[in-house]
Amino acid sequence: MSLKIGILALQGDVAEHAEILTILDAQITNVRRESDLTDIDGLIIPGGESTAIARLLIAYKLIDPIREKIIAGLPVWGTCAGAILLAKEVTNLDRPSLQLMDIRVTRNAFGSQIYSFEKQLHVEGINGDPLNAIFIRAPIIEDVGQDTQVLARLEQGPIVAAKQENMLATSFHPELGKDVRMHQLFLDMCVQSASSGDKYVSIER
Amino acid sequence: MTNNGSTQDKSDSNPQVGSWTVKSGLAQMLKGGVIMDVVTAEQAIVAQEAGAVAVMALERVPSDIRRDGGVARMSHVTLIQEIQSSVSIPVMAKARIGHFVEAQILEALGVDYIDESEVLTVADEQNHIDKTNFSVPFVCGARNLGEALRRISEGAAMIRTKGEAGTGDIVEAVRHLRTIDGQIRKLTSMRNDELYTEARDLQVPIELLRGAAETGSLPVVNFSAGGVASPADAALMMQLGAEGVFVGSGIFKSAADIDDDNKRLAQQKAMATAIVKAVTYFDDPKILAEVSAEVPQTAMRGLSVAQLLPDELMAGRGS
Repeated sequence: MSLKIGILALQGDVAEHAEILTILDAQITNVRRESDLTDIDGLIIPGGESTAIARLLIAYKLIDPIREKIIAGLPVWGTCAGAILLAKEVTNLDRPSLQLMDIRVTRNAFGSQIYSFEKQLHVEGINGDPLNAIFIRAPIIEDVGQDTQVLARLEQGPIVAAKQENMLATSFHPELGKDVRMHQLFLDMCVQSASSGDKYVSIER
Repeated sequence: MTNNGSTQDKSDSNPQVGSWTVKSGLAQMLKGGVIMDVVTAEQAIVAQEAGAVAVMALERVPSDIRRDGGVARMSHVTLIQEIQSSVSIPVMAKARIGHFVEAQILEALGVDYIDESEVLTVADEQNHIDKTNFSVPFVCGARNLGEALRRISEGAAMIRTKGEAGTGDIVEAVRHLRTIDGQIRKLTSMRNDELYTEARDLQVPIELLRGAAETGSLPVVNFSAGGVASPADAALMMQLGAEGVFVGSGIFKSAADIDDDNKRLAQQKAMATAIVKAVTYFDDPKILAEVSAEVPQTAMRGLSVAQLLPDELMAGRGS
């Protein structure tokens, strides 16, 4: 079964996610309208500028339809800006967005672009060599709720990857490298969700 | 988290800043977005509010640089700092072509991107800045594939087609984007032996040329710039293959007929918002019609490029 993954395509590095998902044999749908959400098995909210994406989500009335899908169990993964948009609490984002995941996020936690970096990182659930994690004007996850699992920290400090039920958030950009393992981890979440009866099943069509 | 000792060592590898991946990566995050020229903190806030992905901090927009003449330099440091402290989106600033000390100062200020720009007066007629010496990434203008690949070989992590800044005339932006696109399409059908000749003719490194031939694209993100003055202009450039747009005078020189400052700024914000939407929904004429109804009655007045004298053109600076 080939999974159909939606990528929120309002702004940001949509093509980079699509490229890796294609290597992993997933079908891709760019999500820019409510109707694009109907028969997807998972949703990726890519990297980009969180303020810009947040405004377009509001202007084109996408917040409620996306929230409803995720609450119904649709697997979702936010990278960088995507993690910010998923968070229940964000310091210095000027308007509420999806507010679903029990994480508290600080935007642009490392400073301006000259402090952006890449670094080897161990992520819970990714076996073998560490990931080469790319942080670009990246947020950090300051705190997580009781039901949220921490998947990675920088040097035992800031949380940079977390999972809560059907929701995954990373501060960094696995889509910028050649490593497909983080995308595979997300697709595994989508397979599990699509095959389990009590979770979201894409039968609308 | 339960990291054991052995994995800890690897995990604690030093973070690498200023790498090529990190520099070109920020441009990838800006894709599908609009970068707006601003001359005050107030305009920067309006741009962010409208959904800009970054602002370009300037003392004068290109149309005013044209009108005023004289030497156009890097903006005043205080102005750049005011704009940096007023918004949370990336702040870019321009350095003169070849003026690596202006670039050093901008890097020290912590700007997020430097535009080595033909809109300012050229500081070095022979050499561009060696951009590999910097942690901060650079964007450079290009009119054709040769210019684009030369800038990339000097370390530019993002390209923008030059267009003709400060005119509000889209004709040059279209010409430059179509030129690069056409040159790359030609490359993809060339034999390997012909690529060497093409590299010689274009005066570019063969490795970069071969990469473009193999992938059918530039190795970095390519935005359109220089003449965008309406949502339709922005969508045109996106349909032609731009990955995003820079808008200079097109926003904060619109609605110039309105005397009241607050009303004028509100109309300019409407223009900015409409261009942002037009870049996201660039292939949906129905949405483009809707957003085109939201813009001010008066776009920037503009100058026809065809009526400019050769020495009034900015795009020819720094090839």
